Amino acid sequence: MTAAALDLWRPVPMPVVSKVQETADTVTIELDARDSPVRFAPGQFTMLYAFGHGEVPISISGDPAHPERLVHTIRAVGRVTNPLVAVEPGQVLGVRGPFGTGWPVHDAEDGEVVVVAGGIGLAPVRPVFHALAAHRERYERVWVLVGARTPADLLYREELERFAGAHGFDLRLTVDHADDTWDGPVGVVTRLLEAADFDPSRATLMTCGPEIMMRFVVREALRQGVPAEKIWLSMERNMKCAIGLCGHCQWGADFLCRTGPVMRWDHAMHRFDVGGL
Amino acid sequence: MSRYRLDPHDLDRLLERLQEGGRVLIGPRLRDGAIVLDRIRSTADLPRGLTTVTAPGRQHLLDRADDALFGYEVGPDAAKRWLHPPRVELWRARKDEGGELFFEGTDEPPKYAFIGLRACDLAAIGIQDAVFLRPGITDPTYAARRADVRIVAVQCGASAATCFCASMGTGPRVDRGADLTLTEVLDGEPHFVVEVGSEEGEALIEGLPVKPVASTAPEEAAARAAAHQERQMPGDVRASLLNALESPAWDDVAARCLACGNCTLVCPTCFCTTVEDTTTLAGDAVHARRWDTCFDQGFTDLHGHAVREGVAQRYRQWLTHKLSTWHDQFDTSGCVGCGRCITWCPAGIDLVEEARRIGGSG
Ligand SMILES: Cc1cc2nc3c(=O)[nH]c(=O)nc-3n(C[C@H](O)[C@H](O)[C@H](O)COP(=O)(O)OP(=O)(O)OC[C@H]3O[C@@H](n4cnc5c(N)ncnc54)[C@H](O)[C@@H]3O)c2cc1C
Ligand code: SF4
Ligand code: SF4
Ligand code: FES
Repeated sequence: MTAAALDLWRPVPMPVVSKVQETADTVTIELDARDSPVRFAPGQFTMLYAFGHGEVPISISGDPAHPERLVHTIRAVGRVTNPLVAVEPGQVLGVRGPFGTGWPVHDAEDGEVVVVAGGIGLAPVRPVFHALAAHRERYERVWVLVGARTPADLLYREELERFAGAHGFDLRLTVDHADDTWDGPVGVVTRLLEAADFDPSRATLMTCGPEIMMRFVVREALRQGVPAEKIWLSMERNMKCAIGLCGHCQWGADFLCRTGPVMRWDHAMHRFDVGGL
Repeated sequence: MSRYRLDPHDLDRLLERLQEGGRVLIGPRLRDGAIVLDRIRSTADLPRGLTTVTAPGRQHLLDRADDALFGYEVGPDAAKRWLHPPRVELWRARKDEGGELFFEGTDEPPKYAFIGLRACDLAAIGIQDAVFLRPGITDPTYAARRADVRIVAVQCGASAATCFCASMGTGPRVDRGADLTLTEVLDGEPHFVVEVGSEEGEALIEGLPVKPVASTAPEEAAARAAAHQERQMPGDVRASLLNALESPAWDDVAARCLACGNCTLVCPTCFCTTVEDTTTLAGDAVHARRWDTCFDQGFTDLHGHAVREGVAQRYRQWLTHKLSTWHDQFDTSGCVGCGRCITWCPAGIDLVEEARRIGGSG
């Protein structure tokens, strides 16, 4: 038994340095990772531990150029995420990771990039925006198509607009239900994809959101002529260990904590529509 | 492999040897009307003169006419219960006054020796090795228990009606994975034929009153056991089940399956776990893992719903994982043909028959 082997299950303590309320139920927290920097690929996740409550998988949503600052955007939905969202600067969380596969930011070079995200699905693609911005000259047009339930549920809105302005991203937002603050489009995010004028033969598409959303996004992308091996998605499953040992994240032969969450459509397509796999 | 003859009253010498250095000896013993694996100290703890009658959904004990110590078929327990325990603490978290968090390991497992494991049990340990000792992913609790075990296997001389190890290529002959293998010979003057399978095995019998012997009893016993086996896993099962993912045939077994998870608990290769977080009176937080089963609906919980909502979907996970996707993951089947899941299924569901029916094999 080696110390390295123990590390797979055992978290590293990291203090919370800041917390930003993003929406009514969602916060972004930054952890001080200077003692054990978390070098990650955009799309990877950690297991975050709230003292006494447990661990859950949460995507890293910060800038990959800053492994000493570990950033997560967390939506409060239950037993562990509620206390995670309630942490305050100064408190300490446990962290394991990074785990899983990442988005194809290198493969996407020399072409257009289309990111389609819905709801909290924006969190795992936020590092992609940082990565693209850091080497903006390597990419052609960058499309960022975002959907949310209501304007109040839109994550990172100001930051996205700032990014889009500074780095020339084509940002399009839509909501399912408008209110009087909203003068943008209303409807599903697939509509934004229909309207986006990119060259499907030169585009890499990355999508993250509810499975039903990704199903329609992929269908539309294929219809427009994006090849299956240029379409990437992120799969969400129950995860208890993130190291391929607990069995919870299995999807066919995949342990999604290791061969996912991000995967290419041609790897997913044969079973994506098999219900309850 | 060298072979020796061991007199039944000298078996206790071997059991003592196995416990030297504080090693905890795990072997068959009678408890609550079943033969389980548990701590034993001497041959007095072994289930003497008993045999089993096994069928889908049941196993009964009967008296034998002789004093056989290993004259029964596999019971519900396998080495898994000890090498991959039902519950184990992974770590404790402690918070000091300043709010600092500390994560501390608490696992201090004993060293184990096993006696009475069968060929299927050894094959199952090989499969769990592949799961828990992968390059780059070593499970420390398993590794610590597994590292220095001693295994004395028993060669089966009879098969249960639920056994099908021959068709899985894992038995009934014990041909790997044991330090020593005992074949219990009851004809004529009762004795054991001891086969040595490793250097550790050689060390275990050194100085014991054994005599070299030329005997074919192990092969004869294995041939007898193999001849009993009628159940046969279809050879094309890996592909046929994957081609049947959306077959309505899963609904038929789902109507009989109680989703109790007994099959995954008795299965010697199933490895799934969940974690439990609790706090002690002293204020420490305990992070423990315990066996879980893909038959539990909560196994695939996402916020507000489960991915495998129906029993048909959960039975499909079990069968396709064991017989199909396990090959992709670990380069082996996940089934050793021990038949436990058939014997301990309260509904008597037979995975071989289901695999044949659902996969559409002849
Ligand atoms: C790879 C990955 C990345 C994720 N990234 C983020 C992120 O960046 N931000 C964020 O807010 N959420 C993210 N999630 C979802 C997050 O893990 C769940 O919201 C969280 O597990 C819910 O736990 P709970 O105890 O608060 O909820 P409960 O509803 O009390 O949990 C019950 C059980 O279901 C599991 N569970 C519930 N919802 C999910 C879910 N959506 N996905 C997986 N397991 C779930 C829990 O782990 C627990 O086992 C991610 C999930 C995965 C798999
Ligand atoms: S699936 Fe059944 S027969 Fe196969 S190893 Fe598991 S318990 Fe034994
Ligand atoms: S059959 Fe079920 S419980 Fe057993 S290893 Fe596979 S997923 Fe886990
Ligand atoms: S999360 Fe445990 S195996 Fe993937």
